[in-house]
Amino acid sequence: MSNHSKSSPLTSYFAVWGALLLGTFLTYEAALIDLGRFNAAVALTIATTKALLVALFFMHLKGASEKLLKLVVASTIFFLILLLALSMFDYGTRSFS
Amino acid sequence: MSDSQAAVPHHDGLHNPALLHHFATEEQQRDSASFGMWIFLATEVMFFGGLFCAYLIYRRWYFGDFAAASKSINAALGATNTAVLICSSLTVVLAIWAAQTARRGLMILMLVLTMLFGVAFLGIKGIEYKDKFEEHHVPGVSFSFDHQQIPGHPDQYANPQHAQIFFALYFIMTGLHALHMVVGLGIFTWLLWMAWKGRFTPHYHTPLEIGGLYWHFVDIVWIYLFPLLYLIDRHP
Repeated sequence: MSNHSKSSPLTSYFAVWGALLLGTFLTYEAALIDLGRFNAAVALTIATTKALLVALFFMHLKGASEKLLKLVVASTIFFLILLLALSMFDYGTRSFS
Repeated sequence: MSDSQAAVPHHDGLHNPALLHHFATEEQQRDSASFGMWIFLATEVMFFGGLFCAYLIYRRWYFGDFAAASKSINAALGATNTAVLICSSLTVVLAIWAAQTARRGLMILMLVLTMLFGVAFLGIKGIEYKDKFEEHHVPGVSFSFDHQQIPGHPDQYANPQHAQIFFALYFIMTGLHALHMVVGLGIFTWLLWMAWKGRFTPHYHTPLEIGGLYWHFVDIVWIYLFPLLYLIDRHP
């Protein structure tokens, strides 16, 4: 009974590990290709995918039942985006000589 | 101790000594600990978030200078360190899995491997810092970044003052990250000691999970630091 339920997390752990290593390789290779302004977008997309994989599977956010915990995570992301986005709107629309 | 045992409806012999008396169930105790850790991690996100914000603003202003400065860092070392941290995150979840399935030897092996990966990360970082010191890329009186071409603009040299801002951010962000690694190694030394003494069982291994959350968070910070600091405008 225990064998069936215990073997499944190991598969996902190793799959996530492989995906994270692949993501690192892709980040490095993508940086060597000239994509113009999309270089940063590609790098950040891969980084965010990797961060999500770590948070969901290694930190067990996937399957977390506590609503309070989800609230903390959601508000963390919200305030981080607020900090970064509003700052960039400000500095991005100023005219410096 | 005897009071709390009296309050538990089970037979005394069945009472779990790992369950503190102010929690109703093991699950509630575990959820509370993990909830507290996530709140701490939220403050850490805001802490690093401020630095990422400063980085973004200066990167926008001085993109060419940042690209030239970023190109002087050994990206292969950074990529290796990313892989090292990813492997250490895997050994952390494997240690927790070993605790859940009562494999004490495997748990100890995985904790030792995690710490070895952590030490390897700091060693590689040390090599990187040594290069920067020798190249006089450390902000301060001996800082020098003259005649460094801006990538894509062979006729332009980077402004050393602006490049110095990049290196200041590089050392502050990777330095704070490395400090978190040192703290993480301290936490894992304690976890290893607890595991060695046989304190972790399939029922109780909350410290492993909490320490693991911290370790994974530090990994996530690095996942962002690597492309942002090492890979600006790298293409030939």
